[in-house]
Amino acid sequence: MAVPLGAFIAVSAVLFFIGTAGVLVRRNAVVILMSVELMLNATNLALVAFSRRFSSIDERGSVFVVFIFVVAAAEVAVGLAIVLSAYRNKPTVDVDEIRQMRG
Amino acid sequence: MIQNVWLIPAFPLAAFLIDGLFGRRWLHKWTGIIASAAVGLSALIAIGVFLEVLGGHERTTVTLYEWIGVGDFHINIAALVDPLSSVMLLVVTVVSFLIFVYSNGYMEHDHGVHRFFTWLSLFVFAMLILVMADNYLLMFVGWEGVGLCSYLLIGFWFERPEPYVAAKKAFVMNRIGDWGYTIGMITTFLVFGSMQFTQVFEHVGIATQANLTLICIAFFFGATGKSAQLPLHSWLPDAMEGPTPVSALIHAATMVTAGVYLVARSMPLFAAAGPSLAVVGIVGAVTAIFAATIALVQFDIKRVMAYSTVSQLGYMFLALGVGAPVAAIFHLATHAFFKALLFLGSGSVIHGLGGEQDMRKMGGLRRKLPVTYWTMLLAGGALAALPPLAGFWSKDEIVAAAFLAGYPILWAVGILTAVLTAFYVTRAMWLTFHGEPRDHHLYDHAHESPAVMTLPLMALAVGTVVLGIAIGFPPETGFIHRFLSPAVEVEGLVEHAPEAATILVLAAISVAAGVLGILVGLSMYVRHRPDPAAVSRAAGPIYRLLVNKYFVDELYDRRIVEAFRAAFGAMWAFDVHVIDGLANRLGWLAGMSGSSLRRAQTGIVGNYALTIVAGLLVVLVVYGGYAAGIFTR
Repeated sequence: MAVPLGAFIAVSAVLFFIGTAGVLVRRNAVVILMSVELMLNATNLALVAFSRRFSSIDERGSVFVVFIFVVAAAEVAVGLAIVLSAYRNKPTVDVDEIRQMRG
Repeated sequence: MIQNVWLIPAFPLAAFLIDGLFGRRWLHKWTGIIASAAVGLSALIAIGVFLEVLGGHERTTVTLYEWIGVGDFHINIAALVDPLSSVMLLVVTVVSFLIFVYSNGYMEHDHGVHRFFTWLSLFVFAMLILVMADNYLLMFVGWEGVGLCSYLLIGFWFERPEPYVAAKKAFVMNRIGDWGYTIGMITTFLVFGSMQFTQVFEHVGIATQANLTLICIAFFFGATGKSAQLPLHSWLPDAMEGPTPVSALIHAATMVTAGVYLVARSMPLFAAAGPSLAVVGIVGAVTAIFAATIALVQFDIKRVMAYSTVSQLGYMFLALGVGAPVAAIFHLATHAFFKALLFLGSGSVIHGLGGEQDMRKMGGLRRKLPVTYWTMLLAGGALAALPPLAGFWSKDEIVAAAFLAGYPILWAVGILTAVLTAFYVTRAMWLTFHGEPRDHHLYDHAHESPAVMTLPLMALAVGTVVLGIAIGFPPETGFIHRFLSPAVEVEGLVEHAPEAATILVLAAISVAAGVLGILVGLSMYVRHRPDPAAVSRAAGPIYRLLVNKYFVDELYDRRIVEAFRAAFGAMWAFDVHVIDGLANRLGWLAGMSGSSLRRAQTGIVGNYALTIVAGLLVVLVVYGGYAAGIFTR
């Protein structure tokens, strides 16, 4: 029995919401990065689901997912590097403490 | 050889580049030798080209490449080699070469010698382009080039205020003339659809009288600027602030004759354009006598020569105006030699006296500077038009042409000017070289110039003596006529075939005028009968008028410069308050908006993230709203 599309979308939406909430409320930079990862994977889930559901018309959604993997990996690499540098500058990963860019 | 005509300007250009790039650091005084050698090579090729044209190549166009090709508009970098341009090439390169050699001595002690030869080489290059060009646009390149070099060289000693003020004045007055040239050039293109000399002159018939007159008057206005004719004459005497070789080359022999060349080259246009030739002739005659009267009372030796140049250029325009372009070019050539010699001689005197230019402090110098004296005496005789010196043949032809063409008034002005010319040249020679030394300190330290300066003087003196009789005899049918007539004379101008007796009588009158001027001069300055000082006192107001050059500078300052100052002051205010004001207000606006928006940059990552999410939500709501049909367009 095939899982209906709506279930995938619901899970995806929930994951995306959790990720967004994590980005907005958490103060630990590493956790924020993890939340961003969650959001990206929620999107991936939706893309894969749509791709499978509409495979007769267009399957390119799953190709897009691969791109997102790559971008996500790059994003994490850059993001962690920034967090590391910020930590060296001032020994904290609390984003509210890191305010040097204030205009 | 004609096919290699482009080598003629190439050598000075190369000298300009070499001297300009390496002169200051490495070459120093070698710049003069390089530049002189380059111009010497040009002169050799110019001689070759001249001989080939003489051998029967009436008119050749040597195209280097297409410069501009837009639609129907084609301009080539091309040289028109015909008798007229070959004569000009010859005069320009030969006189330049002699002056370059002379400059090696004259500028020896100047620390800016590399700069001097750089600009002088560039000048010769531009002058050659002007002369060779086969169209008005390329000619304009040379025209502007010589103007620029004139500016740079007048202001050569820019540490003092007078030279750079004079340079600025020369540049501005030349630009006013250039405006006329531009109008003429553009109108030519609009009327004829071409700027090429040969094409334009072939189709003179298609233009209306009004158009032709506009073109000619505009070109002539350009010529008055370059050739220092009324009303744009007043820059040339001031240009004497430059080094003397510059005065000789640019402001006597070559550049200032560019206007004469332009009108002679455009003779088919002028001949067809009704009243324009008369305008040229009248302006020339008035300038000739106007400048000659000023030259009577000047005490700066170079200024006498400068006003003399203005006056002689007036003669050339007079010749053009009465339809005798051959005589004009003939006088241009002889004048280039004897006036260059007069200037270089003056330079030799100034050099020998350590920079003194005031004739009141000279006197008796013939014993100290014998070569300079004898060569200048010949040049002075040529200027006074004594036979058989060069100036006699050419000036006599001009004056005779005016008479024969039916302009007795212009003829009378020419004769009167000849008297004045002979007088002022006698006066200048006497004050400088004869009588008793008036400043013994200067006299005791005076010395003859080195050979590098006196040899060019002698070479020019040879030209001054033989050139006229060699190419101008017999009058009206001499070599120069047979050579140049096909190139410059056009149908519509009356061909004169005067009887020998008429020519003799006219020549006799013209010689008598010269002799009269000399006798009056000698009587006044040798025997003090009448005493010059008494004459100037008796002629009080007239004397003051002449000494102050008819107050033309004051008139221009008062009426024109002031008006322009006021207008430009208003424009300046508009610029500062409105245009700059607008720019400043915009800058202030950007600054203000920036400083208010910077508060958004809290530095807290959470805020930024929240903003992104909020934006996303707005997009989603709007997009979803449209998709669901809640919002309608």
